[in-house]
Amino acid sequence: MTGRDGMVESLIYTKPVSLTERATHYCPGCTHGISHRLVAEVIDEMGRRETTIGVAPVGCSVFAYDYFNMDFAEAAHGRAPAMATGLKRVSPDRLVFTYQGDGDLASIGAAEILHAAGRGENITVIFINNAIYGMTGGQMAPTTLPGQKTTSTPSGRDIEMHGFPLKMCEILSQMDGAAYIVRRSLHDVAHIRKAKKAIRQAFEVQEQGIGFSMVELLSSCPTNWGISAQEALTWVEEHMVPAFPLGDYKVHASINAGKKG
Amino acid sequence: MQTEIIISGFGGQGALFAGQLLAYTGLDHGLHVTWFPSYGPEMRGGTAHCTVILSDDEIGSPVVKNPSAAIVMNIPSLEKYEPLVASDGVLVVNTSLIDRHATRQDIDIIEVPANEIAEELGEKRLANLVLTGALIERLGVLTIEQVGKSLGNHIPEHRRNLLESNREALQRGAEIAQRAVQPG
Amino acid sequence: MGKELLKGNIAFAEAAIRAGCEAYFGYPITPQTEALEHMSRRMPELGRVFLQAESEIAAINMVYGAACAGVRVMTSSSSPGVSLMMEGLSYIAGSEVPVVLVNIMRGGPGLGNIAPSQGDYNQIVKGGGHGDYKPIVLAPATIQELIDLTFEAFDLAEKYRTIVVVLADGSIGQMMEPAELPPMQPVRAFDGRPEWALTGAVDRTPNVVSSIYIDPVEEEIFNLKLVEKQKQIEAEQVRSHKLWMDDAEIAVIAFGTAGRIAQTAVRDARSQGLNVGLLRPISLYPYPYDSVREVAEQVQRILVVEMNGGQMLDDVRLAVEGRVGVDFYGRMGGVVPLPDEVYEQIQKTYAQRANGR
Ligand SMILES: Cc1ncc(C[n+]2csc(CCOP(=O)(O)OP(=O)(O)O)c2C)c(N)n1
Ligand code: SF4
Repeated sequence: MTGRDGMVESLIYTKPVSLTERATHYCPGCTHGISHRLVAEVIDEMGRRETTIGVAPVGCSVFAYDYFNMDFAEAAHGRAPAMATGLKRVSPDRLVFTYQGDGDLASIGAAEILHAAGRGENITVIFINNAIYGMTGGQMAPTTLPGQKTTSTPSGRDIEMHGFPLKMCEILSQMDGAAYIVRRSLHDVAHIRKAKKAIRQAFEVQEQGIGFSMVELLSSCPTNWGISAQEALTWVEEHMVPAFPLGDYKVHASINAGKKG
Repeated sequence: MQTEIIISGFGGQGALFAGQLLAYTGLDHGLHVTWFPSYGPEMRGGTAHCTVILSDDEIGSPVVKNPSAAIVMNIPSLEKYEPLVASDGVLVVNTSLIDRHATRQDIDIIEVPANEIAEELGEKRLANLVLTGALIERLGVLTIEQVGKSLGNHIPEHRRNLLESNREALQRGAEIAQRAVQPG
Repeated sequence: MGKELLKGNIAFAEAAIRAGCEAYFGYPITPQTEALEHMSRRMPELGRVFLQAESEIAAINMVYGAACAGVRVMTSSSSPGVSLMMEGLSYIAGSEVPVVLVNIMRGGPGLGNIAPSQGDYNQIVKGGGHGDYKPIVLAPATIQELIDLTFEAFDLAEKYRTIVVVLADGSIGQMMEPAELPPMQPVRAFDGRPEWALTGAVDRTPNVVSSIYIDPVEEEIFNLKLVEKQKQIEAEQVRSHKLWMDDAEIAVIAFGTAGRIAQTAVRDARSQGLNVGLLRPISLYPYPYDSVREVAEQVQRILVVEMNGGQMLDDVRLAVEGRVGVDFYGRMGGVVPLPDEVYEQIQKTYAQRANGR
C-alpha cells in the first residue's frame, strides 16, 4: 500500500478476527494473552472461526469467551473435556476445543481429561501449565515444582507431603486414543512460534478426525510467583523447561504419513 | 454512637490496610469494630474498598448505605461515594489522583494531595496513611496519637522499619486537615 | 486470652485447631481459601495432617477415611465445592462417622460469583446428598459465634456421630471482627480413639464402616435409627436468639449475616417507635420451629429476610401454620441487603400488621 507521502506502508499487525475487541483482564506480563492470540491466529488461518466452538475452564481464563469471537461454553471446574465431548459428539463437523489451566485439567479434572484421551475423543485441548493456581491467589497446583513456594505450601512444595508434579503429556501419551500430544513453551519468541505450529497441527488432527489432541504450553504467572514479567519468563525457561521437557510425546502415525506425502 | 467509614481506591493503594488500622485502633481503645472488605480477584487491577464501623455498642450490620465518612483515593471512588456520605459527614479526597472537586455542600470535604506528601516522606505507599490522618483529625472518634500507637502494635514485622515514617504520614495528613477551612 | 481482630476464615480454621482437629483436607475456593491456607501453615507446624486434595470430591472422601479412623477431622469449602461433596456426605451420613464441614456460601447457581449468599440453605439444611439424613446445621452471625460454633461442632459431631455443617456466607468468611479464641485442646491419643473406629483389630473382632444394607428391611432399620437420632438432636440442640421481642407487634426472622443486618434495621425501627422484634435462628437443623411458633402467637405479622429467594421462608411458614401473615424480603446472587432496604420492608410489614393474612 502506498501512503500519501509516497512511502510504502506494510501492515505488520492486526488483531485476529477470532479475537474480540475486548481488552483482557489478565495481569501485565501474563502469557494467557499470548496463548489466546496463537489459538485465534490458527483458527483464522484455517478459516474456521464460524465453525469452531470453545469451552472455557474455571481459572483465570474463565472469561475466555469474552475474548474469543466465536461460540463458547463455560464449563464447571475441570469438566471442560466432558462438556466438549458432548458438544463434539452431536456436532462432529465443528472444531471443538477446550482451554484449561493446570488446576482445572490436572487436578480436579484429571478424570475427565484422562477419559477424553482414552476415548480418542476428537477434540483439541490447549493446556496452560503455569505451575500454580492463578485465579484463587496462588495455591499449589499439581504441576507446582518441588520446593516451589505457594500460599498452600508456604515453606515450599514438600514431596513427602504433597507428592510429585504430574506430567500430563507423559501420562496422556500412554493412551491409545491420543493422537497428538506435545509440550511447548511461551518464554521467548522462537518458542512462541513453535507453539503456534503445534496448535495448528493439533487442530488439523481434529479436522482430519485422527483423535484426541493436546498442546501443553509452559506459561507464566508473574503475579502469583511474585516476580516481574521478564523474570517470570526466565523462570519458565530455567525451572519449568527442565522439569517439563519440551517435545512431541505422541504423534499418530498417520500425521507423519500425511506430512511426507 | 456509631461511626461508619468507607475507604476506597485501586487495589494496591492500601485502602484495606488503612481500614484495618482504624479497626485495630478502635479495638485497642475499647470500641466495638467491624472491618468488611470488598474481595475477589482484585490482583487484576480492580477497585478495593472496605467498610469500617466503630461503635460503643454491639454492631449489627457490617455494611451501610450512607457512611459517616469516606476516604476516596481515585476518581471512580469519588463518583461512587461522594453522593452516599451521610449529611454532615466527612469526605477525604486524594487530590493527587482526582482532578476535580467534590461538590456536596452539606458535608465536610478535605482535599489532600496524599501522593505528593507521601513522596516528600520518601515512600509512595504512605499515601493511605496521610489520608487516614486527615480523616481522624476531623472525624472526632479516635485521635492521631491512638492511631499511631495501634500502628506500633500491629504493623507487620517486615514494615516495622517504616513505623516512624508511617506516623509522620498520619501527622502530615492531620496538619492538612487542621489547616483546611472548617464549614461554618 | 483477650480479643483479637480476626478474619472469619482464619478464625474458624484456628478454632478447629483449638478443638483438637487432627486432620484437614480441602481444595482452594474463594471466598473460603484463607482457611485452607491457614491450615497449610498451622497443621504441619503442630505435627497434624494437612493435605490439599485434587478436588472437593477427593477432599470429602479423605475426610471420610480419617473419620473412620476415629479422629477429629474437617474440611471447608464454598458452594460449588460443597455441591461436589454431596455424594461423600451422603456416605458419611450412611455410615455414621463424625465430620465437620464449614460452607462459606457464595452467589449461585452454577459458577455464579464469589459474593456472599445464603443460597445453599435448602441444599444443606434438608440433607443435600441422596437418602434420608440431615446434618446438624449451625449458622453464625458474628466472628465470635463462628469460632464458638466451629469449636463446639466437633463435640456435637462425635456426640451424635453425625455431620455438623457450619453454614456461613462470604461476608463472614472475609470480614474482621474482635473475637476470642478458645484455649488449645490436645489431639486425642491413638489409644483414645472410639471403639467403633478402624484402628486395626488388635485383640478384638474387626470393625467395619459401611453404608450398604442390601436387604431393604435392614436398610429401613438403619434409617429408623437415624430418625431416632434426629429426634434426640431435635430435642437437645435447637438454638435461636431473640431480641426486643417483649413488646413486639411484628417480628423479623433472619439468620446469619441477614440476621445481623436485620438487627440494625430493627434497632432503627424501634428508635422510630415501631414495636419490632427479631428472631435469629442459629441452628437451622434442628430448626427452631417452637420459637417461631411462639413468635407467631405473639405478633401480628412476620417479615422473613434472607440472602436468597426465600428458602428458610418455607420453614417459617411450617411453624406459623397460617396464624399470621408472612412477608418476605430477599436479595439474591451475591447482593448483600443494606439495613435501609430492610428498614423499608419493616415499615411495610408494620403498616400491614392489622390486615391479617
Ligand atoms: C468446584 C470448584 N472448586 C474450586 C473452585 C475455585 N477455583 C477457581 S479457579 C481455581 C484454580 C485455577 O487454577 P488453574 O486451573 O491452574 O488456572 P489459572 O487460574 O492458573 O489460569 C479454583 C480452585 C471452583 N470454582 N469450583
Ligand atoms: S493471576 Fe497469574 S495466571 Fe492469572 S491473569 Fe494474573 S498472571 Fe495470569
